[in-house]
Amino acid sequence: MTDTTHIPAPDLPPPVTSIGVIGWMRANLFSSPLNTILTLLALYILYLAIPPVLDWAVFNATFVGDSRADCSKTAACWVFIRVRFPQFMYGLYPVDERWRVNLAGILLLGAGLPLLFDAFPWKKVFSIFLLCVYPFIAFILFYGGVFGLPVIETRLWGGLFLTLVIAITSIVASMPIGIFLALGRRSELPVVRMLCIGFIEFVRAVPLITILFMSSVMLPLFLPEGVSFDKLARALIAIALFSAAYMAETVRGGLQAIPKGQYEAADSMGLTYWKTMRLIILPQALKIVIPGIVGSFIGLFKDTTLVLIIGLFDLLNIIATSAQDPNWIGMAIEGYAFAAVIFWFFCFAMSRYSMHVERKLNTGH
Amino acid sequence: MTEAPASNAALEAPADDAMIQMIGVHKWYGHFHVLKDINLTVHRSERIVICGPSGSGKSTLIRCINRLEEHQRGQIIVDGIELTHDLKNIGEVRKEVGMVFQHFNLFPHLTVLENLTLAPIWVRKQPKAEAEEAAMKYLERVKIPEQANKYPGQLSGGQQQRVAIARSLCMNPKIMMFDEPTSTLDPEMIKEVLDVMIELAETGMTMIVVTHEMGFATAVAHRVIFMDGGEIIEQNAPEEFFNNPRSDRTKLFLSQILRH
Amino acid sequence: MAVDTKQGAALTRPPIWTDARFRAILIQVVVLTLVVAGVAYIANNTIVNLQKRGIASGFAFLNTTSGFDIVMTLIPYSATSTYGRAFWVGLLNTLLVSGLSIVLCTILGFIIGIMRLSSNWLLAKLAEAYIEIIRNIPLLLQILFWYFVTINVMPGVRQSWSLGDIIFLNQRGVYIPNPTVEPAFWFIPAALVLGIVATIAIARWAKKRQELTGEQFPTLWAGLGLIIGLPALATIITGFPVVWDIPQLKGFNFRGGLVMLPEFSALLIALTLYHANYLAEIVRAGIQSVGKGQKEAAAAIGLKPGWVMRLVVIPQAMRVIIPPQTSIYLNVVKNSSLAVAIGYIDLVSVFTGTTLNQTGQAVECILITMLVYLTISLLISLFMNWYNKRTALVER
Repeated sequence: MTDTTHIPAPDLPPPVTSIGVIGWMRANLFSSPLNTILTLLALYILYLAIPPVLDWAVFNATFVGDSRADCSKTAACWVFIRVRFPQFMYGLYPVDERWRVNLAGILLLGAGLPLLFDAFPWKKVFSIFLLCVYPFIAFILFYGGVFGLPVIETRLWGGLFLTLVIAITSIVASMPIGIFLALGRRSELPVVRMLCIGFIEFVRAVPLITILFMSSVMLPLFLPEGVSFDKLARALIAIALFSAAYMAETVRGGLQAIPKGQYEAADSMGLTYWKTMRLIILPQALKIVIPGIVGSFIGLFKDTTLVLIIGLFDLLNIIATSAQDPNWIGMAIEGYAFAAVIFWFFCFAMSRYSMHVERKLNTGH
Repeated sequence: MTEAPASNAALEAPADDAMIQMIGVHKWYGHFHVLKDINLTVHRSERIVICGPSGSGKSTLIRCINRLEEHQRGQIIVDGIELTHDLKNIGEVRKEVGMVFQHFNLFPHLTVLENLTLAPIWVRKQPKAEAEEAAMKYLERVKIPEQANKYPGQLSGGQQQRVAIARSLCMNPKIMMFDEPTSTLDPEMIKEVLDVMIELAETGMTMIVVTHEMGFATAVAHRVIFMDGGEIIEQNAPEEFFNNPRSDRTKLFLSQILRH
Repeated sequence: MAVDTKQGAALTRPPIWTDARFRAILIQVVVLTLVVAGVAYIANNTIVNLQKRGIASGFAFLNTTSGFDIVMTLIPYSATSTYGRAFWVGLLNTLLVSGLSIVLCTILGFIIGIMRLSSNWLLAKLAEAYIEIIRNIPLLLQILFWYFVTINVMPGVRQSWSLGDIIFLNQRGVYIPNPTVEPAFWFIPAALVLGIVATIAIARWAKKRQELTGEQFPTLWAGLGLIIGLPALATIITGFPVVWDIPQLKGFNFRGGLVMLPEFSALLIALTLYHANYLAEIVRAGIQSVGKGQKEAAAAIGLKPGWVMRLVVIPQAMRVIIPPQTSIYLNVVKNSSLAVAIGYIDLVSVFTGTTLNQTGQAVECILITMLVYLTISLLISLFMNWYNKRTALVER
């Protein structure tokens, strides 16, 4: 019996029509008669739709100038955006004081961006700073009244600045409330559980606009005579409570994902309910629901536009009102396009980050 | 236990007894050459075991036989029907070839009985009563007739795989293929599935089994085929294969799996 | 040494402040007291404040005359109707735009979801682009955009686009003929109902026949034939006895016909496009949740691709699709409240907008509105629970 040493057969290149550009097109675009027809139809529709839009938005558009007179009649007038840009960003915030907004923004980025990187060593310190200290600093900077800073009332806040204030404040406020609601919903005490379920289900069943109206119109009635509430504060309370109910459901999902064995192990070690939650359950649960929390934030960010209806000048409202300015009649499309791009950019970036975190978590276990 | 299978005689049987012929078959995934010049003939009532390291292309090979995968070069002829892009041919071949998967793939929303009668009713157009009667016979053959009205989720792994075997048998195939049928089962359930497969072999079914269960190979296989890197390295009758492997690759593989 | 066993000793009672049962009760009592006290405080303040502002309380206002007109109503309404009637007008308008939007976005959502899974790269990428663009832009912005388009892009009344001189599109809305039916007309819907009933009967008969003999009957084609053919036959026989009130341009506006206001169209388009994209993702997730192995096993036993879809993939996919799908429908109804931003008269804008402003009875108006949405949400939840129970996969 001859023993042989096996020489592996060489790798041959695949047939030409099954690889490369041709192969790819055959498999992906023209794999059957129906697909071929659909591909050609889709290409035709794209050909009809895209060049005119590009012409309007880019090739024939006006980018430089000072006023409406500089713009061409048939194409986009981005001059509108350029001239009004500061208002879109800051609202009616006085020009001299805008450095305060910028400073707060830089602080936020400086403290927040490093947290997105895993290897960052001082995560805990920076997180605590962001959640507990930064809000006060930001409020003092925005509102003023101390340290010689002139008071800038909230009715002057507007634009992207206001949108971010509303979104970030609401999400930060809604997280602790949401966590408590989620814990309460899973509580064994019937009274606590009923109250939490009732609140969560009620808030999730009604449109945000009714809660905004409720806060806007009814809150002054709930308070004793003479106590008045800032309009922005009323909106913030409404959005924070609204968001808290959805956050509670997200966190509840995370709590349910923790295996029962974790709770049992903690119990058998003698840990109390609050210690168990703080040390063992919540750290795991919150990590799991980070994608859900980012999703909530994206939704919240889009929902801030509703304050348009109660008369706050967020980014969308500022643009919509500017478009009705007699000097800029007919520029609404440019305005909406600009607003759409900004919102889209923020939301898209956040959703990509959330997907990245989700992927990391999935490979982690 | 069956009689000792004919060794080389089966390999040289006349070609008109061939159930499956693979001639010069190549397959690529993109640029990855996964099957290299496969030449294989399987005769009626022959039982083949294919083994080899993971990634060697054994699953791909049998999935080409019932067109779950497409080959790019060469010919595959099953019971006289050549496998091409012709959908009618593919449908005919799939009626003649049964397949049992590693993960069972039972339909969870149907009862066991409905799983078995689905294809006979819709593909062979049998009346329901007739299909159910035949299905119950096969369930008895795999020894779980009492599970007929349960759902797959209520059965153990070994029971599910036996239902899967019965489901394939309900179409009265001429060839049965098994893709690692016991590799996801708990040890105590492997035997019940292998027993069913051995009983099937004794009825003269043509079988191709991809597995690492070498005891099964020794018991019923006419031929053991070793594949690595997309090619058939060696094939022989079981005693010859296990006791006198010729190629160094085969020897290496056997030393790794026959340790315990 | 015998161990001393205390037989029949009573359970020692722990000191009351560490007794778990006592603490549970104590916490609940405290929470309840706080909540009740809080509610009482708020209620008291509210009553005092309302009195100070001279605002009435109670629901008598529902029977007082509203004094305002509403352009688009499904039921007869005028400025002399009551607020109660205005409530119903608003509610019906909400249900109208929500209902139509739900139907349209379901169709669009399924199409896009299936496109997304298509083996055709171009179609899949187009679907993906649609989903990524629409979902990252706020709904309110999309509503404003479409409102702008339907008003500004449409031509003026005198230069209306017309479809065969029967349907007119301009910046005031879409004008369609208003049908008045004669008695003989009712044969046509009757024929349709007959067609549907006949199709169901044939489907039952065909299923029994298949069980008995194994032969298959083309139920789908027969059903289509009946559902289209019978009404068509009735139309021919009766000569379609409908009188159309065709909109006619008189002076500066159209007289006659029905008008779909641009507010309505804009809201409908925006709601449909926005929610179709969430539905598309759900459909995609549902179909993908059915593992590859299921399709392979079905193909391996010889089922044709159409049957693989119908008998194996879709039943399993629908289990995963329907629960989130009902949530989306609820969102459509809730989001229709954004109508108030463009002046479409839905429930929120007529009741928490105009009515609240005129009567000042904020508490009643807002609470009634919320109650309506709560009821709708409850109905949808009940349906979902029933559906889940009915279709749950049976496991150990």
